[in-house]
Amino acid sequence: MVFNVLGLVLQFQAVFLLLPCVVSGIYREHEGFSFLIVALACAAAGTLLRRIKTQNKQIYAREGLVIVALAWIVLSFTGAVPFVLSREIPSFTNAFFETVSGFTTTGASILIEVDEMSKCCLFWRSFTHWVGGMGVIVFIVAILPMTGGQNMHLIRAESPGPSVGKLVPKARESARILYIIYLALTVLQILLLLAAGMPLFDAVTIAFGSAGTGGFAVRSSGVASYTPLMQMIIALFVILFGINFNFYFYLRGKHKKDAFKISEVRWYLTIIAASVAIITWNIRGLYQHIGDALHHALFQVASIMTTTGFASADFNLWPVLSKSVLILLMFIGACAGSTGGGLKVSRVLILFKSIRKEIEHIIHPRSVRAVMMDGRSVPQEMADGVKTYLATYAVLFAVSCVLVAGFEMTDFETVFTSVAATINNIGPGIGGVGPMANYAWLSLPSKWVLIFDMLAGRLELYPMLILLTPELWRQK
Amino acid sequence: MNILVVGCGKVGQTIVQQLSKEKHDISVIDVDAGVVSDMTNAYDVMGVVGNGESYEVLRAADIESADLMIAVTDSDEKNLLSCLLAKQVAGCNTIARVRNPIYGGEIRLIKEALGLSMTVNPEYAAAREIGRLLKVPSAIKVETFCRGRIELLKANVMEGSILDGCALVDVDAKIGIDVLICVVERGDEVVIPKGDFVLQKGDRISAVMATEKVPAFFTSIGESSRPVRNVMLIGGGKIAYYLADSLHKSGMTIKIIEKDPARCTELAEKLPGCIVIEGDAADQEVLLEEGIAEMDAVVTLTGIDEENIFLSLYAKSISKGKIITKITRLSFDNIVDGLDLGSVVYPKKITAESIVRFVRAMQNSYGSNVETLYNLIENKVEALEFVVREMADYVDVPLAELERKDNVLVAAIWRNGENIQPNGRTRIQVGDSVIVVTTQKGIDNLNELFHKKA
Repeated sequence: MVFNVLGLVLQFQAVFLLLPCVVSGIYREHEGFSFLIVALACAAAGTLLRRIKTQNKQIYAREGLVIVALAWIVLSFTGAVPFVLSREIPSFTNAFFETVSGFTTTGASILIEVDEMSKCCLFWRSFTHWVGGMGVIVFIVAILPMTGGQNMHLIRAESPGPSVGKLVPKARESARILYIIYLALTVLQILLLLAAGMPLFDAVTIAFGSAGTGGFAVRSSGVASYTPLMQMIIALFVILFGINFNFYFYLRGKHKKDAFKISEVRWYLTIIAASVAIITWNIRGLYQHIGDALHHALFQVASIMTTTGFASADFNLWPVLSKSVLILLMFIGACAGSTGGGLKVSRVLILFKSIRKEIEHIIHPRSVRAVMMDGRSVPQEMADGVKTYLATYAVLFAVSCVLVAGFEMTDFETVFTSVAATINNIGPGIGGVGPMANYAWLSLPSKWVLIFDMLAGRLELYPMLILLTPELWRQK
Repeated sequence: MNILVVGCGKVGQTIVQQLSKEKHDISVIDVDAGVVSDMTNAYDVMGVVGNGESYEVLRAADIESADLMIAVTDSDEKNLLSCLLAKQVAGCNTIARVRNPIYGGEIRLIKEALGLSMTVNPEYAAAREIGRLLKVPSAIKVETFCRGRIELLKANVMEGSILDGCALVDVDAKIGIDVLICVVERGDEVVIPKGDFVLQKGDRISAVMATEKVPAFFTSIGESSRPVRNVMLIGGGKIAYYLADSLHKSGMTIKIIEKDPARCTELAEKLPGCIVIEGDAADQEVLLEEGIAEMDAVVTLTGIDEENIFLSLYAKSISKGKIITKITRLSFDNIVDGLDLGSVVYPKKITAESIVRFVRAMQNSYGSNVETLYNLIENKVEALEFVVREMADYVDVPLAELERKDNVLVAAIWRNGENIQPNGRTRIQVGDSVIVVTTQKGIDNLNELFHKKA
């Protein structure tokens, strides 16, 4: 069954890979052939895998996790091959890093001269953000009729957040609604960017980058060369993509008021507003107008908090307070059920509420207090799950830091933020991996550590970690 | 259709299982978060944790767009309240499980006063099914159509039976009664047979015939159809009460064995004509002393499935009478079928069947309506009764000239108080009740089964 679903994933990848071929046709580039070759190979391999007969048609929670983890590795692998074949990114590790960074919507790049890349490669890079943002499996579920309730295990393994529910009774319908919202917002952003005067290719790729909260730009200067109006449109949309998609579902339906009652969304917007205020005040001296300071503060906060990673200014040069706030935002991340990464606002909320409960318990040892969210008590299981998640996250983070520090001769800031920026799927960090630098200079082993971190961060740790458990392989 | 199921107990789960197979949009509500997450993992349904009587919770499950709400929590009052609420705020159809015998006599009144579309009482329905089985003790299973005037019986072909080695075309002539054998189970195989099919010993047949012909049918195939006089009910729950009440009225002698003294007293007060024995049925001595070996029928109705299975196996070993086993919870159907337990009755399935029938009839308010629906062989063969209400292209065309889907058999037609045994020349008319046996799933209209040849 695992192989059948993987075959399906490969077939979809083949279709995805045809898109850059079309782009190369439009711009008359010959790099499109490498995409075509890989697309055909994927289609063939996918068809073969789907032929495998399996007795067990059930997907349980464990299969769900394994399928999703393997699917993402397979996607990134096949997605990296065209870069190598077309000699655009000759080193395989670099190509794989770039593709993983794309699918996981990290946006950490090893490219030094983006301007010299072919259009179809740039398109593919941005398109991986768009697909990775909402999830490939969710996409497949939305399109293909899969029987049984088991595909919820797949969706759950791929979607971020402490508790993944459905919007409507049928999994397929839920997935479809998510993608419709996603597509509608993306199209809207493309139109607005075009209206603001951005060229079509830039508008489409930047919209893909914002929709998946990825952060690959198509120019070496990033998004700094766009007009302030375009930058504001981008900032607005990354904030919108970082909101829990339940919000839009409620807005669509009969209970519009419920949308604004989601406490996660409220806190998300509050945190953005507060951070913008602090940073604007902190960097007001660096810019001539307070308006410019506000503009750059808002753009950077939106970009970092939603884990997109576009930069309109080099925040590496900002004061320590501003940098600290940004690093903090990296860890909080966007809302659950959005396309953003990080710990997720709802987890942070549950953690803070649990802390308050614990302190209260120390003061009044006999007190009974429930952790409440949106007027309902959070089940103890879920609260415990969040704490375990945080602990796992901290361990992975620490181990990655030590490994990268061991492989590189560099300062602490760079090591710390490179891991933080990849595990939270942001992209640029601070120091040697800051917004105006890139990841090309890192050594091979560090790149592989960061690749693992990006995948683990996007899939919320467990699918990747389960691949490392020996029991899983022994049973098969 | 959008269906809301409140309460995910045994009955709730069976209903969801059936309805989700028929591709409805289902939301479930239960107070127990664990049960809800089990349901959402097993079926493609949306789960809401909370109390089904609360408007807030119903709204979270999107009651406004629901077409049907089914309340099957363990409390009758909660079920009625949530149905009332759903009816008021959403105007949807409502089905409530109401099973306390104190409401039994007033059920019509309650249904009308609260605007319910249907009430279900699994225990009462199970008691009725057991009652039917006791009236035809040679059958393994009895289903009725056309308000009880046509019956579908399941029976084994015994060694040396007149049916052993008999081709289906010759059956009528051989036993001199109009019957139609519509399904044959042979080992794990299930066939809807054609005329040249030859029966063997060990086959399990399902046959359709007019109700008054049933005793003659069993006599002619060599099974005694001696009516049941003495019945022992083991376990004195709700089913036992309903069953004893109706059997006693039809003149049988009922002996109920119940462990709990308080319940014994209660039963004795409510059922003055029955013998109530206080004793533990797990004790062989008690059973032998009360004459289990001489009973015409033994029905095991305790609250524990495993105990019922053991008691039935024991009863089978020492008695020649009819054995009926009630199974409430176990889901190992194929294992249970392999045991020699006589007839097995599943209350939750009977209820689910009646709800599925209601849903299909709701879906299709024109043409021909599903009147009755039975799952003859678990998830393989269904028997459905349709009433032809209006003109359609299959009306007044000889059956042989209709284009039919595979594995569809017209088993009987009831017209003007008469059972017509259909053949190729029979024509369906408006007003007929048509009984169809099929392996096709989710049929809710005769149109789906056959058409006039183009």
